[in-house]
Amino acid sequence: MIPPAFTYLRASSVDEALGLAAEHGEDAKYLAGGHSLLPMMKLRMAFPEVLIDLGRITELSYVSDEGTYVAVGAMTRHHDVATSPLLISDLPLLAHTAGEVGDPQIRHRGTIGGSVAHGDAASDLPATLLALDATFVIRGASGTRPVPAAEFFKGIFETAIEPGELLTEIQVPKPSRPSAWSFQKFTKRKIDWAIVGVAVQGSSVALINMGLTPLRAAAVESALASGASIADAAALAAEGTSAGSDIHATKAYREHLARVLVRRALEEAAARASDGTA
Amino acid sequence: MKVELTVNGREISADVEDRTLLVHFLRDTAELTATNIGCDTTSCGACTVLLDGESVKSCTVLAAQADGRSVTTLEGLASDDGELHPVQRAFHTEHGLQCGYCTPGMVMAIVSLLQENPHPTEEEVRVGLEGNICRCTGYHNIVQAALVAAAASDSGVSR
Amino acid sequence: MSILGTRVIRTEDPRLLTSGGVYVDDVREPELVGAVRATFVRSTVAHALITGIDTSAALEQPGVVAVLTVADMTDLPAPPPAEPPSDDAPPAEGPMPLGGVWSEPLLAVDRVRFVGEPVALVLTDSAYQGEDAAELVSVDYEPLPAVASIEAALAGESLLFPEAATNLCVQGLGKVSDDSIFDGCEVIVEGDVVNQRVAALPMEGRSTAAAWVDGKLTVWASTQNAQISRLILTAIGLPPEAIRVVAPDVGGGFGAKIGIDRESIVVAWAAKHTGRPVRWVETRNENLVAMTQGRAQLHHIKIGGSKDGHLAAYRLDVVQDTGAYPRMSGFLPMLTNLMAPGVYDIPAVQAGYRVVITNATPIAAYRGAGRPEAAATIERAVDWYAAEAGVDPALVRRLNFIKKEQFPFVTKTGAPYDSGDYEGALDLVLAAAGYEELRAEQRRRRESGGTRQLGIGLASYVEITAADGAAGETAKVEVHDDGTATVYTGSSAHGQGHNTAFAMLVNAELGIPMDQIEVIHGDTDLIPDGIGTYASRSLQLGGSAVHKAAIEVKDEAAKRAAELFEAATSDVVLDAETGTWHIVGDPDKSLTWSQVASAADQGLIVANVRFTADRPTFPFGTHLSLVEVDIETGKVTLLRHVTADDAGPVLNPILFDGQRHGGIAQGAAQALCEEILYDSDGNPLTSTLADYAAITATELPSFELLTSETPTPGNPLGVKGIGEAGTIGSTPAVHNAVIDAVSYLGVRHIDMPMTPERVWTAIQKASTK
Repeated sequence: MIPPAFTYLRASSVDEALGLAAEHGEDAKYLAGGHSLLPMMKLRMAFPEVLIDLGRITELSYVSDEGTYVAVGAMTRHHDVATSPLLISDLPLLAHTAGEVGDPQIRHRGTIGGSVAHGDAASDLPATLLALDATFVIRGASGTRPVPAAEFFKGIFETAIEPGELLTEIQVPKPSRPSAWSFQKFTKRKIDWAIVGVAVQGSSVALINMGLTPLRAAAVESALASGASIADAAALAAEGTSAGSDIHATKAYREHLARVLVRRALEEAAARASDGTA
Repeated sequence: MKVELTVNGREISADVEDRTLLVHFLRDTAELTATNIGCDTTSCGACTVLLDGESVKSCTVLAAQADGRSVTTLEGLASDDGELHPVQRAFHTEHGLQCGYCTPGMVMAIVSLLQENPHPTEEEVRVGLEGNICRCTGYHNIVQAALVAAAASDSGVSR
Repeated sequence: MSILGTRVIRTEDPRLLTSGGVYVDDVREPELVGAVRATFVRSTVAHALITGIDTSAALEQPGVVAVLTVADMTDLPAPPPAEPPSDDAPPAEGPMPLGGVWSEPLLAVDRVRFVGEPVALVLTDSAYQGEDAAELVSVDYEPLPAVASIEAALAGESLLFPEAATNLCVQGLGKVSDDSIFDGCEVIVEGDVVNQRVAALPMEGRSTAAAWVDGKLTVWASTQNAQISRLILTAIGLPPEAIRVVAPDVGGGFGAKIGIDRESIVVAWAAKHTGRPVRWVETRNENLVAMTQGRAQLHHIKIGGSKDGHLAAYRLDVVQDTGAYPRMSGFLPMLTNLMAPGVYDIPAVQAGYRVVITNATPIAAYRGAGRPEAAATIERAVDWYAAEAGVDPALVRRLNFIKKEQFPFVTKTGAPYDSGDYEGALDLVLAAAGYEELRAEQRRRRESGGTRQLGIGLASYVEITAADGAAGETAKVEVHDDGTATVYTGSSAHGQGHNTAFAMLVNAELGIPMDQIEVIHGDTDLIPDGIGTYASRSLQLGGSAVHKAAIEVKDEAAKRAAELFEAATSDVVLDAETGTWHIVGDPDKSLTWSQVASAADQGLIVANVRFTADRPTFPFGTHLSLVEVDIETGKVTLLRHVTADDAGPVLNPILFDGQRHGGIAQGAAQALCEEILYDSDGNPLTSTLADYAAITATELPSFELLTSETPTPGNPLGVKGIGEAGTIGSTPAVHNAVIDAVSYLGVRHIDMPMTPERVWTAIQKASTK
């Protein structure tokens, strides 16, 4: 219920945050919204000795129109992503996904950057950003580097962010047909993590909780590109995945769900695109 | 470390351990015990308060993160002259509570929900309460209370 | 116009909605100033010998006041010697621990039997320090093979109580082997029905605070029974007079807070042992492994009848998994057996039970306590039989109900049903739900072959409330010289609204306004004699006691009023509407309650009553669940839930409906999503609220409630208990609905909880047959 003792430090700028991280090395972790990290600390599954609170770095909270893409500051809260008029019109898949994370209270605190940096294959946003071919801007002592989503998620809770580095911005290219989207999150209860989830934008398909990281459903995309029907393409949804078995579902059931949900997502995206609804 | 919060309009300043959770600051330092703890995994919502007017689970916020901010708990919801907030009133008229343990968090979650969506449908209320667990009421009257409070606010009784 | 039967909003609420309830963790009594915080060290293995406990590292932590283990408990009286069980003794069926060779220690002695079993107690200045220090208590375990299932328990290869030479701790006397009762049945269904283990999950976990001052132990406990808790606490070597138990606001109980359990006794002992006040508030994760859990029965059933729907025979064979310690002996499955045939007049019924020990959290009462299991299975069996026979399940029920004219009716299992109108309840629900239209819509969807299919599930239930009516309940009613009244009740509300209900009873009888009546409960100094709240007994027993005491107060007051009026007592009358006394035929002269009470001895009119009932009561009803099943994924959506519940005259529809709502949700939760799981080594897999799928508002619809009111002759109010009925009716209704949705695909049974994967798997299995 209570984390072990730690020292709380507050950064008021990105440079200050990087400096504190360099100073404390592996004893320190960044604190964004805290709704992935603090629960783990309360269960004593994570025990950093130093927390660097990013919560006052207001310059990291924004949603801005950059022409061909939308730039979202890493500290933008899920609530603000979900209600951003710009995202609702130009990137409805992203706005909708952010509105599916956790519950309203969690969405008032959790941040898009925190979710991405946490790198949980069962989370909603990583898969959606993978489907949207987002680019993650990482800042470190030696400067800034952009990492495409396809190269960002490396393993269980493991991303391309090196120790001390800070994710500052998520750049999401605007899709040519914003309304061709669907998000299928299959759960037992609404509040649960996805047993399996699917994010579709156009013919990009990403899977939640079908492997150690969020995955693009490559076999499905390939089939669609070669003209396969939605039904035939969706039948390949489980290929190249490594779903797990746990108390919520077996691997076989997850693979079945992936096929069903990919088909439904593609159908819904097509229907949305054709009648122009967002 | 020193933490200063405004809680229900009152400034409270104290020296607390860095790891102090906001819910413990409220209960033990500010001595406002209406806000309850119901779980260890940010699941139940019993600890919900308003942080700068928005609902948050105070068990998953450090007091340090709320430093310099404003918190509202159930105890601060009624007006200074004791007039109940429409949500409090609706919980009473609609029998939206039984044992009362989840109630402070439930009320604050609904206050925030109605601020963001003043005319919710029943389904929107239910989805808005996905992070709040009640064991006594089956949610039926809680949902009713939220809808009644929304309608009351429509007719001009706003806070 | 009596207030009884009218909608009265709760007197409890203004405080709860503004300053909040005062639960044990909120109590700020002077005796608890400076209380140390208690943190338990608990077993992390399911079955092991304890070979050593090292507290040295913990003792060095800041703020540690003491680290206590069983070795420190030398100041406790020795428990009574364990008598060897005699072979011809009847099975122990009282709701008490079996004890003897199956005794449960306070802190683990040399063995642990479930993950979460308390092993040591750390006392610290603050809660934060407690968690830090408890982590450092080092316990050496020598693991033993875990008994993680009923099958393993029965196989007996690993024994939790070697002295007992078995894991089978209680066996009922019912015989379940004679198959001749099924001779001649045209349709027979035989199978296994699992009633899975669930968590009681009150939103407030267990919490206890204790202070030892001047030879008196005061214990604040989140309990449903302050007086019973006091008796339990005498185990620490104090007489009842030296113990005061206070139940402050209690954040839900559902049967799992009946009395107090071992941790609370340890906390009370620790306060006496150290001389420091102590406060313990369990975390949710502790609660999910160490608070008693519910259900956990395996049923083998056989049901038979004619092909036109007339039942001839039913067999129910129960194995109760009681967890690591038999805290309720054979009580729960005994009740399950008692209620086996439910609402039906079945010519031949067999019911038997066995109780086994497993390396899991102990099982005890949980909303319904043995009766939901009976209803869940007879209702499942009836639907299963109906599907095999090809007869509409509503018709099968109607054909086999005990008829209104047959009451009072003693069932083949010996249950003395007092009154009922089962067909009336069924008719109410079928009409309100539009049953024929629902079946028509179901047919349409099946014909169109879509993905989302409808299921309609019925459950007609009966249950036994106030089974311990002979123990009764107490009430003291006082009218003071200022005209206000105080009610002291032995009942112990933890959300039910007794303050409002009992004030209504006094208002109805005496005319004293609601806001001038105070209801007090849960303090053994003020109410030394009482039973408390469980078994849905409080209105029928506690309320009847209040009612009776109010009448006695009125009778005594009449004498005082007569004296003041200088009239005969028989010429004096109370106007219960206005709460004023008059001489018959002379409306101009009146006396207030204040005047009458002031004329009494010490300005107080008081009556002290114990009300006992000579029989239990049997509320009943029908629930209908309408569900939609996505047959591609198995996902279930609850669309509607329509009920008719009958517990006799309704005192306050608001409170009555509230109990039904809560019960329906918990019952639906068992059918749909909740389950406590262990792995094969006895490790809990659902020990946080992130993993245990407690039902939320998004899974439930609003409920449609109808009522009938069939009184009981068992008490002056004519009422039965509604507290658990909603749970009992809803589980099988939802269960049957889901199976009904996919029965056209060949599915006949699915075990609870009906998670999407379970439903989908059943569909796959049926379609490959």
